[in-house]
Amino acid sequence: MLELNAKIPSGPLEQKWDQHKFSMKLVNPANKRKHHVIVVGAGLAGASAAATMAELGYQVSCFVYHDSPRRAHSIAAQGGINAAKNYQNDGDSVRRLFYDTIKGGDFRAREANVYRLAQVSVNIIDQCVAQGVPFAREYGGLLANRSFGGAQVSRTFYARGQTGQQLLIGAYQALERQIALKKVQMYTFEEMLDVVLVDGYARGIVSRNLLTGKISSHAADAVVLATGGYGNVFYLSTNAMYSNVTASWRAHKKGAAFANPCYTQIHPTCIPVHGEHQSKLTLMSESLRNDGRVWVPKARGDNRPPSQIPESERDYYLERKYPSFGNLAPRDISSRAAKEACDDGRGVGPGGLGVYLDFADAIKRLGKATIAERYGNLFDMYQRITDENPYEVPMRIYPAVHYTMGGLWVDYNLMSTIPGLHVAGEANFSDHGANRLGASALMQGLADGYFVLPYTIGDFLAGTKLAKVDNSHAEFRAAEEAIKAQTKQFLSIKGKRTVDSFHKELGKIMWEYCGMARDREGLTKAIGLIQSLKDEYRQNVNVPGSADSLNQALENAGRVADFIELGELMCRDALHREESCGGHFRTEYQDEGEAKRNDDEYAYVAAWEYAGEGKAPILNKEPLVYENVHLSTRSYK
Amino acid sequence: MKITLNVWRQPASSAPGKLETYDLDGVSADMSFLEMFDMLNEKLTLEGKEPVAFAHDCREGICGSCAMMINGQAHGPWKGAATCQLHMRAFKDGDIITVEPWRASPFPIVKDLVVNRGAFDRIIQAGGYVSVNTGGARDANEILIGKDVVEEAMDAAACIGCGACVAACPNASAALFTGAKITHLGLLPQGQPERDKRALGMVEQMDLEGFGHCTLTGECQEACPKEISIDVIKRMNRDYLAASARRQEPRAVAGSG
Repeated sequence: MLELNAKIPSGPLEQKWDQHKFSMKLVNPANKRKHHVIVVGAGLAGASAAATMAELGYQVSCFVYHDSPRRAHSIAAQGGINAAKNYQNDGDSVRRLFYDTIKGGDFRAREANVYRLAQVSVNIIDQCVAQGVPFAREYGGLLANRSFGGAQVSRTFYARGQTGQQLLIGAYQALERQIALKKVQMYTFEEMLDVVLVDGYARGIVSRNLLTGKISSHAADAVVLATGGYGNVFYLSTNAMYSNVTASWRAHKKGAAFANPCYTQIHPTCIPVHGEHQSKLTLMSESLRNDGRVWVPKARGDNRPPSQIPESERDYYLERKYPSFGNLAPRDISSRAAKEACDDGRGVGPGGLGVYLDFADAIKRLGKATIAERYGNLFDMYQRITDENPYEVPMRIYPAVHYTMGGLWVDYNLMSTIPGLHVAGEANFSDHGANRLGASALMQGLADGYFVLPYTIGDFLAGTKLAKVDNSHAEFRAAEEAIKAQTKQFLSIKGKRTVDSFHKELGKIMWEYCGMARDREGLTKAIGLIQSLKDEYRQNVNVPGSADSLNQALENAGRVADFIELGELMCRDALHREESCGGHFRTEYQDEGEAKRNDDEYAYVAAWEYAGEGKAPILNKEPLVYENVHLSTRSYK
Repeated sequence: MKITLNVWRQPASSAPGKLETYDLDGVSADMSFLEMFDMLNEKLTLEGKEPVAFAHDCREGICGSCAMMINGQAHGPWKGAATCQLHMRAFKDGDIITVEPWRASPFPIVKDLVVNRGAFDRIIQAGGYVSVNTGGARDANEILIGKDVVEEAMDAAACIGCGACVAACPNASAALFTGAKITHLGLLPQGQPERDKRALGMVEQMDLEGFGHCTLTGECQEACPKEISIDVIKRMNRDYLAASARRQEPRAVAGSG
């Protein structure tokens, strides 16, 4: 069993982070340059961490598999970033953002981490504005805000529908500045394939150059994984195609606990699936729900065009079921309600897997020009994909896998169960509990990278006596050999099925049995199906090409192998958690369709420990202690 | 529908390349152009051939990874759309489509349709940022920026760095990309202290990388998936000229000598 010490500082919630910052050990400025930190990933968390640590004086190496750090998937986040600025004078505060996030996470997140997140949210906005991020403004020159799914205050800052892009560009520019100053050594087209431990400490990584196939070792004093989420385990998701779990999974196999893997956030406003060859699902920003009304026909199998369905024959089900939140109900609730309507035979569009998101009322009330100003680019995107004009006919939307709240377990300092291995952003599990609300992922990525890790890594380095290790150490050689052997293995199977066909099959299993609704029977079945899939993969996958040049099928082969193993763990986690909370909905545990939590038995983080090939993983529990909020049942009625 | 593809195949930078022809049946009008390529690659793999390497990632038109010359047009026939947003309904049954990589010497071909756009990062390194360390930034609302100004900055900041502007330009100029960043930061109060330095540094780096000069043919603006206006180039040129006029010899740093 692992010892899960969350290292939450003592003292009142409001003072924990400040006191902790004061109590942490400092690295003398002259000594900082003697420490080398590796950052894997250059999205919001990775780029901000790498840039900030370089500014502080550490030697930083940053690795991305992209051709440029500007391409990380954070770039695709559209809607906005939350901060408790209370610029709108509507009663927002650090405490309220903290409370909303805890509640939105269905009381399965750590109080101390979430409070810190809310605290530093205000600094994030200041930092980004100072970098030149062009947030939307009011005519008087002040920052504009909007409300966002699940929140009753307007605390979301945005840059058109491209907030993630602009925040990432800000962090990327800060990173490029440090590269120019030679404080960061940037490795592009380089994929991390293993983390290397020496004397129990993470002391570096082994990576593969995607252009030349060269395997190389990189030693450091600490390693940061900021490698994003694993939503692509479902094959169809809103994630970018390259997003994968490999870095986290390989670290897991080396001893890092994987926490709450089954917590998946399903986003309610995606463009529905259209065919067998579809490769990904396109998200329509949640901000659309500020003005769009969600409905389906009241009658099953009503195939009339929407314009011919009179008001009296429409079911505005979110407004009906959740009058106080209406179309802004949280993501899990909105998603499940859409699934229920479709399961009831009232879905719209091809295959009946869609519901309407209708702007007719908003256009009547505000005029087409205002709607075009607010959502124009999203409407254009929708039209390009579906060939329908959403100004004239309602959009069709359906839920899709969006964000994964599970990830490598970390303590308050964002360190995993492997000393020296820190994990940031979506790759860790820490701040969102069971159901993240909108606009918090960007916040966490930047909070971790700009304001948490640069302090806590300093504390780790100052407080740890590390032996001198370079990349000639035997542990690096062993890791390199293992990777080469796996590569050789993939190329020599020469089976009859493509890597992608396995990935699609895995995705179907995951969506069917570990998707929006789960039950014991389905999850048990899924575990068996995934184990068979894993066996077949090892015998029948076809990976063409060679190991010594750009080979996208080979890159993908390793990622899919890891997804298959992760998929099994997700099902195990979902199976053991005999309650419903947030995005994890077990059909056996409900109260007339609403999630039924079991705080007495499941108010803990499930941190899984790798036990070896073919062995059942070991469950470790970190109890979640609520001292500042009352565990209440969520109600959005 | 049936499609015939002529695709540029080149095993490595140093190796010669040529167009190969592939026939593809059962293409749906609802597929994106890249999904059609996925279909091609599945077919090639099952036939024992090597799939076509192409850059892609988000498939939502924002990451800037995808890059293909489609029938001689960067990102294909749809205006204001990246290749990943182009759908097969832009074509008709029986069409012959020629697909090539971006062609510009500062973007060396890696393999097939993949090119290396690292030169863009180096242009950003030459000044495409605001020099501000993390922490201690003043309250965001203390910097007032007019709505019109921030909207104009955002128009330029929307650049996704895909390189279509370079590929479409007869001179392989990077002026639209560089101008977009100079405009984004140059319009904002935060960007003023380094405005001269930025213009000089970025323009000079653009030349060092081997990008051609801008002759205002306007092809870049036509090809840009984010429809960035050629006005950013005017702004870049003005800033560069003004900065050149003000350029001073480097001052002696205290303690030097």
